[in-house]
Amino acid sequence: MKIVHRLMLLVLGAVLSVSSLADEYSDALNTLIKGNFKEKAKAVEVIAASGNEQSVVILESMLEGNLFYRRSDNLLGFAELVDKKYNFKSLDGTETEEGLGKRKVKKVSVNNSLRKQLRGLIAGLQLISGTKAQRKDAALNMLSTVDESMVPLLNSALKQEKENSIKKLLMLNIAMVDIDSNDEKIWQPALSTLRSSLESDVRNKLVSIQEVGPEEKQQAITDALQSIEGKVNFYGGVENIFFGLSLGSVLLLAAVGLAITFGVMGVINMAHGEMIMLGAYTTFVIQTYVMPNWVDGSVLVAIPVAFMVTGAFGILIERTVIRYLYGRPLETLLATFGLSLILQQLVRTVFSPLNQSVATPSWMSGSWAVNGALSLTYNRLYIIGFSLLVFIGLIFLLRRTYFGLQMRAVTQNRPMASSMGIRTGWVDALTFGLGSGVAGIAGVALSQLTNVGPNLGQGYIIDSFMVVVFGGVGNLWGTLVAAFSLGVVNKFLEPVAGAVLAKILVLIFIILFIQKRPRGMFALKGRAVDG
Amino acid sequence: MNMIPKHLEQEAVLYLDGVSVSFDGFKAINNLSLIIKPGELRAIIGPNGAGKTTMMDLITGKTRPDEGTLVFNNKIDLTKHDEADIANLGIGRKFQKPTVIESLTVWENLELALVGGRSVFKSLFHRLSTEQNDKLQSNLELIRLEEARDKLAGDLSHGQKQWLEIGMLILCEPELLLVDEPAAGMTDDETMRTAELLKEINKERSVVVVEHDMEFIRQLDTTVTVLHEGRVLAEGTLDQVQKNQEVIDVYLGR
Amino acid sequence: MEYLKAFLRPTIRDVAGRRMIMILAVVAIVVPILNLAVPQGHFLHVSTFTVTLLGKYICYAMLALALDLVWGYVGILSLGHGAFFALGGYAMGMYLMRQIGDRGVYGNPDLPDFMVFLNWQELPWYWHGFDQFWFAMLMVILIPATLAFVFGFLAFRSRVSGVYLSIITQALVYSLMLAFFLNDLGFGGNNGLTDFKDILGFNIQADGTRVVIFLASIFFLVLFYAICRFVVVSKAGRVLVSIRDAEPKTRFIGYRVENYKLFAFVLSAIIAGVAGALYVPQVGIINPGEFSPINSIEIVIWVALGGRGTLYGAVLGALIVNYAKTWFTGAFPEVWLFALGALFVISTLFFPKGVAGIFGGKALDAFNRAADKYRKRSGEANS
Repeated sequence: MKIVHRLMLLVLGAVLSVSSLADEYSDALNTLIKGNFKEKAKAVEVIAASGNEQSVVILESMLEGNLFYRRSDNLLGFAELVDKKYNFKSLDGTETEEGLGKRKVKKVSVNNSLRKQLRGLIAGLQLISGTKAQRKDAALNMLSTVDESMVPLLNSALKQEKENSIKKLLMLNIAMVDIDSNDEKIWQPALSTLRSSLESDVRNKLVSIQEVGPEEKQQAITDALQSIEGKVNFYGGVENIFFGLSLGSVLLLAAVGLAITFGVMGVINMAHGEMIMLGAYTTFVIQTYVMPNWVDGSVLVAIPVAFMVTGAFGILIERTVIRYLYGRPLETLLATFGLSLILQQLVRTVFSPLNQSVATPSWMSGSWAVNGALSLTYNRLYIIGFSLLVFIGLIFLLRRTYFGLQMRAVTQNRPMASSMGIRTGWVDALTFGLGSGVAGIAGVALSQLTNVGPNLGQGYIIDSFMVVVFGGVGNLWGTLVAAFSLGVVNKFLEPVAGAVLAKILVLIFIILFIQKRPRGMFALKGRAVDG
Repeated sequence: MNMIPKHLEQEAVLYLDGVSVSFDGFKAINNLSLIIKPGELRAIIGPNGAGKTTMMDLITGKTRPDEGTLVFNNKIDLTKHDEADIANLGIGRKFQKPTVIESLTVWENLELALVGGRSVFKSLFHRLSTEQNDKLQSNLELIRLEEARDKLAGDLSHGQKQWLEIGMLILCEPELLLVDEPAAGMTDDETMRTAELLKEINKERSVVVVEHDMEFIRQLDTTVTVLHEGRVLAEGTLDQVQKNQEVIDVYLGR
Repeated sequence: MEYLKAFLRPTIRDVAGRRMIMILAVVAIVVPILNLAVPQGHFLHVSTFTVTLLGKYICYAMLALALDLVWGYVGILSLGHGAFFALGGYAMGMYLMRQIGDRGVYGNPDLPDFMVFLNWQELPWYWHGFDQFWFAMLMVILIPATLAFVFGFLAFRSRVSGVYLSIITQALVYSLMLAFFLNDLGFGGNNGLTDFKDILGFNIQADGTRVVIFLASIFFLVLFYAICRFVVVSKAGRVLVSIRDAEPKTRFIGYRVENYKLFAFVLSAIIAGVAGALYVPQVGIINPGEFSPINSIEIVIWVALGGRGTLYGAVLGALIVNYAKTWFTGAFPEVWLFALGALFVISTLFFPKGVAGIFGGKALDAFNRAADKYRKRSGEANS
């Protein structure tokens, strides 16, 4: 109970900053130098309760082992080790001394119980006076250590807290203490609070007290745990779907360009993977050579540039090779495979055979914590969104623009289109350029997920073909559905079968699927197709 | 087993009843019924999209019907067999475009078509007997390609390819021959000779000819069936159907 | 004797094939003599390294022959023939592994080194029998044949053809590669099978053994060539060609296309499997890299360059491209992939008939006619 009183004082001190405590504060600082662990324990509480601006910094550096005192004059301060010498700086920052020998300074020692105490005190201080993020972190971190002694602190923090999400966390902390009670009136509401949380600390706590106390309570806790377990599994499933969608979006990006060149034009472009690779290298070049000081923007700049670069490559390939091979799919396959070898070797010669690193912009790093059991990384979220954007853009281009109309006209009835004055040769070239350009955009996105190297594209070409064929050749929506469903299936198989086996199983599934429906999921039926 | 309803006493080499098939909602064949008697020569006409080619696909097993009965020779359910089976059962098909094996010689094409020896094993160790040799030779004369015996089939003229294909079909010895627009792209002279050839063939087997060319059909001088939108519109002699008001509407537009 | 004559007639009657076999016979006589009888250091001496290299080329030629049978004659462009080659190789590798006995690094008489390394206690069931040469050789034929049969049965029955078939054959070889990289599969994972000691009791490194394997390779190449020739000129061969050029027509004449395709595909897989089995003791290793899709597609360029649809062209193509590869990777390693890539493009654009076509191959006329037709068509459309 004594601790509770002291903490009450601490809170009062923090809130009101009582001046009479000032002397006690400097005494406490001295105790840190001379006192034993027991005395130090009291001292840190005084410091915490003092309301002094520096107290958090002092307690934190004490916890981290950065709080020292100078032996010559027992002056307390911070020190850091540089080249086996200490750079010392007094608490108020007025005195600094560099290159102090090991014996000239001494660390303020702490033991385990003191460390625990410090953590609690720091959290308490931050709960009251920290910024929003600090308060939230403090409340979250307290969960594992919270005990009865902190309840008053939590209550007063709750009173002044305005942010709803933090309020909930504070109440969760209180419930963590209340659950220990065997009084039905106390543990029941506590349990119903805890029940709604997905934090692993809460789960651990409930597991640890599952077999203590009255039978009725034990039963209630077991129920609550089951419900939490169910929710955690559910969010695990959600996370799996998210990973699957993210893999699917990569597949979609890689395959959608192929869906145009293969699906719409009927050209088997084995160099498609290399177009993706060139897109990734464009990102690398822009980031490293063109705008090395603006990583955040370079990726955005790379998107249109990669489209232009790979699109131009595509048009070049179409005009010099593919146009002579229309109607001979197997020959096209071989010639474009040759081109893929040349492009790979070109990149090896120009850059290097080694992987290049592409930095992730700050706005793409980090993750969005939905709740205790589910957090989604931003780069995956962005890529899912981006792939859909690219897809919608393509659909729009094909369905709503004049170029799309010409393109469909040429692929459906070439002689008719040409007799209507459409320059079929150029439409072919531009269509192929479009497919290649989209592959380049895919490369930009992939540079954020995998290593950028000469072999980058090879890993995607088979997958891409599988997606297009599975979805139904000539059907962009089919490609979308195929990409996402294959991605999700793959991610759900992975925990069961392992990553490699999952991939093999999916491949075998598609091989068998093609036997059953050679033209894919959403294929056209009838005479026109066979002809 | 006789699969044709009892009340139809007549024998039929081909019997279609209530056959329907649709592609993506479009009814290509709609409740089609047709009977071809043994030894008959039947001409089938109809505007584009009337379902002529689809009907051929159905009979030869390339397309499966959604519903309906297709019976060959009063006893064989055609819906249960695939192309190769049906060909070996005795239904030959001539495509609209002449399809011969272009990289083989005329003789080799005919040899391939010669009845028998369809299994992999038999064809691996196949040798031509004198009898078979004579048969090929007489066939060559029938289709008037003696001169072109060792020419690659790809080097033949359009008309010659049509005849070679017909020759190949005869060698398969089908009971029923389906011929898809044989006169398309032929000169008048070639058209006339083709009509003669078909009549010659008809002496030994039933023939169904799908054709656009009225002149050609007049030369065949036989029963005509008019198809429209996947069903039978009219049946009779050429003169009869040409006077039929419905037929006139369909062909000339309303 | 009568049958043998009938069997060999197609081979002997073919001028190019006869020449090729004569050259192979000369090589089979001269090379071993120059290797074994002429002392080292003599300018006529052929090193064992060269013998092995030639042996490798011969195995590749067999592989090309296998692919040409299905691609050149039936029109099945398999991008996964490396799978059959590698499976044959693994079957041979398993036999050779078992012959190591207790001479491995760990000295375990019952388990190959990599299994000891993985802490396996006993030999997996599918390794049993591979200590017997006859059994291993049976598997060299049966395993590729079974895979080809099952895969072909499914694919041909459901009429998967053209590029679709090409793509799924590639997916097949790719998934096999992924599988063989797994340690748990029990084929040595990443490292594959290697450190072979002897074959049928003879030291696998010895000059004499090498020469015998080399001669065996030539023998099988000639044998398979004769078999392929026999098939191709038989009526069955003409059915195959007619499937290539007009598949639906062939069906309507009454041939079971899927059976013919399956026959050619399985025969081809067996040839590829035997080629792999002869290849492994010569190079001394088999690993999952042999399953890589690139290897399989390289076979296609051998055949394309040599001239598909002519059996000797395929053999010629394999020899030319692989000699070029050895030379380039020795002299200008950087340039090889450029050269190989350019080969693909140039040979498809300008020499669809391949080298054999330059010397006047007749069997390919259909290809070119088809090509001309398309060129004309796209020309009309473009103008």
